[in-house]
Amino acid sequence: MMHVTHVVGALTLPGMPWPLPWPFDRSYMQLALVAGVIVGATAPLIGVFIVQKGMSLMGDGIGHVAVAGIGASLLMGTSPTWTALVVAIAAALLIEFLRSRGNATGDLALALVFYGGIAAGVVLASRSATNTNLQPYLFGSILTATANDVWTIVALGAGIAVAMAIAGRALFAVVLDEDSARVAGIPARALNALLAVLTAVTVVAAMRIVGVLLVAALMVLPVATSRMLARSFRGTLVLAVVVGVVSAVLGLVAARTWALAAGGAIVLVTAALFALASIVAGARRAGAQADSILSGPH
Amino acid sequence: MRIMLTSGPAPALAAHGISFAYGRETVLDRVDLQVHAGEFAALVGPNGSGKSTLLRILLGLLTPTSGRVEIFGSAPTELRERWRVGYVPQRPRIAPDLPATVEEVVAAGRLPKQGWWRRRHAADRAAIDHAIESVALAGQRKQRLNELSGGQQQRALIAKALVAEPRLLVLDEPIAGVDVESQRLFRDSLVHLVREHDTAILLVSHELGAVADDLDHVLVLKRSIVFDGPPADLTATGVSLGVHQADLPLWLEELT
Repeated sequence: MMHVTHVVGALTLPGMPWPLPWPFDRSYMQLALVAGVIVGATAPLIGVFIVQKGMSLMGDGIGHVAVAGIGASLLMGTSPTWTALVVAIAAALLIEFLRSRGNATGDLALALVFYGGIAAGVVLASRSATNTNLQPYLFGSILTATANDVWTIVALGAGIAVAMAIAGRALFAVVLDEDSARVAGIPARALNALLAVLTAVTVVAAMRIVGVLLVAALMVLPVATSRMLARSFRGTLVLAVVVGVVSAVLGLVAARTWALAAGGAIVLVTAALFALASIVAGARRAGAQADSILSGPH
Repeated sequence: MRIMLTSGPAPALAAHGISFAYGRETVLDRVDLQVHAGEFAALVGPNGSGKSTLLRILLGLLTPTSGRVEIFGSAPTELRERWRVGYVPQRPRIAPDLPATVEEVVAAGRLPKQGWWRRRHAADRAAIDHAIESVALAGQRKQRLNELSGGQQQRALIAKALVAEPRLLVLDEPIAGVDVESQRLFRDSLVHLVREHDTAILLVSHELGAVADDLDHVLVLKRSIVFDGPPADLTATGVSLGVHQADLPLWLEELT
């Protein structure tokens, strides 16, 4: 937060443009690179846990609600990022509360929260006097990110990294078996709430990069990719982060080369890596089957 | 305030007048039980006897309608040093698609002892190695849990419960679908814990199989405890403890 207030108005990070090769030779591409790498790393870090909990679309739902925060900020003239963060965290905690009650109406209540959120965002934005529209937040606008935006992403990313360093092991125990974790005195409910809050933070951090409508892809697809190839939970985590970062970098390269929408390009690279991993995993399975047939019955 | 009627240490696990109802349906009716340190007890009963509900209440995961549970003299939710309770859940409870190795699963069981927010120290790593070796899975430690046989998975879950060195071990249907070799290893480790480490064990099951001869104490549950005593007294009624689920309702009828 301190950083954010200090650098308001700055257009570049210190020392920019850094001596990087094309396509990252310009300051705006370097800002995009920093933001993309941080989001590419943190979104799958949270995604590993929400995918394992069977809540892959949690990020999508919170993204919908974040739109209400952006709409409200346009109307009130507050910071879109911080307003969206407050609204997204409140929604995440509400969703987690509904989920933990686990009754049939929870599903409908979630739909109410999600669609109520995006509808409120659209209505609020339509009432605002400014010319700003929701577009950059729905689909991302990484190439217009300012140093201020990037500092915010750095701060949110650091928050996520610290929280995961402290709570990651316990979160693993919770996704492994929540009852056993509770018996062992691990505060499973508080950790579930923490995961919901971190999901909200990730959504808001990724908002300027891929947009709230695509953020869930960055949380889920790298994880789906790494789960097919990794041999351990740690391996799944590391590989998902690598896939996320590689997707962000390649997506930006593609965006600069062919003048594409960067958010969409990043997500398409992620999808392509997923397809590639499916082929590799399929070939590996076929190879293992052939081995077992050749070696005969034991 | 706790009233101790007997001298000596509190039982590892005690239930006093536990009743539970889902709506108007009574599932448990004034259940009393005690398991002491160094005692190997089994709670048996057919499906629908209230075993699962009682187990959740004993572990503090569910609040009874009336009655109270004490673990080492404290209410389950107020127990300090939670590592003293080890819990082996039913195998199907573990996420089948979780990409985790045996070592990672066992290490998760160490968290209550090391502190869930703390990094692992040398003592924790040694305990993890020891637990994996004690269930004969050293060769599989880097393998994914979901690639192991049912019996090996069960052994990994037992290692996860043992790695925090619990004083009370509660196991939920640990024998179901487990191969003979795993059953033997399983039996040996439980007997070792009870006899050498004075651990209290409560095994909840609808069949006792390999451990039937080693039990100190059998409790038969059918909404309330209908038999509580040494296995010899139960076998004297002509009932085999190696019973399968299909036989249980018959001999339970005889007991009630």
